[in-house]
Amino acid sequence: MHALHQTIHAFFNPHSYTLAIPDVWAGFQVNLKMMVIAEALVLVLALAIALVRGLPGPTAKPLRALAIAYTDFFRGTPIIVVSFLIGFGLPGLQLGFVSNRSVLTYGVITLTLVYTAYVTEVYRAGIESVHASQRAAARSLGLSYAQSMRYVVIPQAVRRVIPPLLNDFIGLQKDTAIVSVIGVSEAALTAQQFSNRNGDFPSYVVAAVFFILITIPLARFTDHLVQERERKERAQAF
Amino acid sequence: MSTNGNGPFVEVRGVSKWFGDLQVLDKIDLEVGEHNVVCLIGASGSGKSTLLRCMNLLERVEEGDITVDGVCLTKEKVDVNALRRKIGIVFQAYNLFPHMTVLQNVMLAPRKASGVSRDEAEQRAMTLLCRIGLEAKAGEYPDRLSGGQQQRVAIVRALAMEPRLMLLDEITSALDPQLVADVLNLVRELAESGMTMILATHEMGFAREVADKVCFLDAGRILEEGPPHQIFSEPREPRTRQFLARVLEAERLS
Repeated sequence: MHALHQTIHAFFNPHSYTLAIPDVWAGFQVNLKMMVIAEALVLVLALAIALVRGLPGPTAKPLRALAIAYTDFFRGTPIIVVSFLIGFGLPGLQLGFVSNRSVLTYGVITLTLVYTAYVTEVYRAGIESVHASQRAAARSLGLSYAQSMRYVVIPQAVRRVIPPLLNDFIGLQKDTAIVSVIGVSEAALTAQQFSNRNGDFPSYVVAAVFFILITIPLARFTDHLVQERERKERAQAF
Repeated sequence: MSTNGNGPFVEVRGVSKWFGDLQVLDKIDLEVGEHNVVCLIGASGSGKSTLLRCMNLLERVEEGDITVDGVCLTKEKVDVNALRRKIGIVFQAYNLFPHMTVLQNVMLAPRKASGVSRDEAEQRAMTLLCRIGLEAKAGEYPDRLSGGQQQRVAIVRALAMEPRLMLLDEITSALDPQLVADVLNLVRELAESGMTMILATHEMGFAREVADKVCFLDAGRILEEGPPHQIFSEPREPRTRQFLARVLEAERLS
């Protein structure tokens, strides 16, 4: 009975919540900032790398190889290892500009590098899913390779990959907590510090709720888009 | 106006092509005069589509030469994009751009490939859409149109580039029978207006009516060619006779 009471108290002490919420919220704003910046960078960089990977012709071979090496490396390396490489490695280089950044910047760089690799593959799948006859139609009208990509292939590809892309963004939003390992004072780290000070766990519950509050709407929105598409495709089949 | 004087508008000389080990074109020779309509007939897999796709370099020619309007396209350093602006192609599956409206489909290439102004491109596109009676559909997306309407839009999308040559690749094969006539009427109009055209087709009656010359392809070779009355009424080659007999039988049964 006493043990149960202690457990309940350790998780649900109302007083702790009143203290933890503002504390963890301050940390969570850092997560939000990292999400927004990293997601914007990922959207642009991943498309660029996907396009490089799809470049035709033998002259583009070294570029294609570079793009493949990039995605292989960052998809294959645990994000926590990338965090250490960037967060401790770059300052260790003592290279002025690259070594004097804030931990927040290193956090954003880490997230961007890793998720760009994932999203590159998403874009690539989308680009490949556009039927070859669409390219043939565009090229045979006299559009250049770049124009046919810009006006015909990419708009169709992007529309198709929005759901998987949003799924990766849900992952990214959660993984903003991982860069706490290099000392970014975000929600998970603030919660841990709070918990250490108070000897209880409400701060973790608060952190969990904050993350859930932003990932669940995004997950539902993604489901909605998938359903819309299925509905539309069924309608077309008749 | 032809830039090569009195020679043929399209000249195919000894063209061969392989897909891996399979030879799909075998020393094809073909001449098409300006304002002429040539129909390619033959079974599926006889090389009709591949030959058309070689003529605007959608497929690489591995042997032989193709000359269009005095430009040899099989030479190196040909400006592929400039060449394709002069040659329209229409495919069996229409291949309209599904994310663009009908009007945008027709305007895209004139605007982006030829640098025509938005206003002029729109005007040209609307004139063409009026011609096929689809001006009311200008703002619709292709999936709201019937197959026949989509194929006619695909034809005017190619015409919007003001091509000197049109290649039509079995453009009625994917259509319901009752939609075929509208598309063929449009092609007939084009033929009457003097457009140089090469058609791969299974519509024998139509070929007989519009063609200046009919070529029967078999296993990547032009086995027999001549004016339509000769090919359809007195074919010389047994393979041609066999093919035509089978097509007529299929038409009777359908």
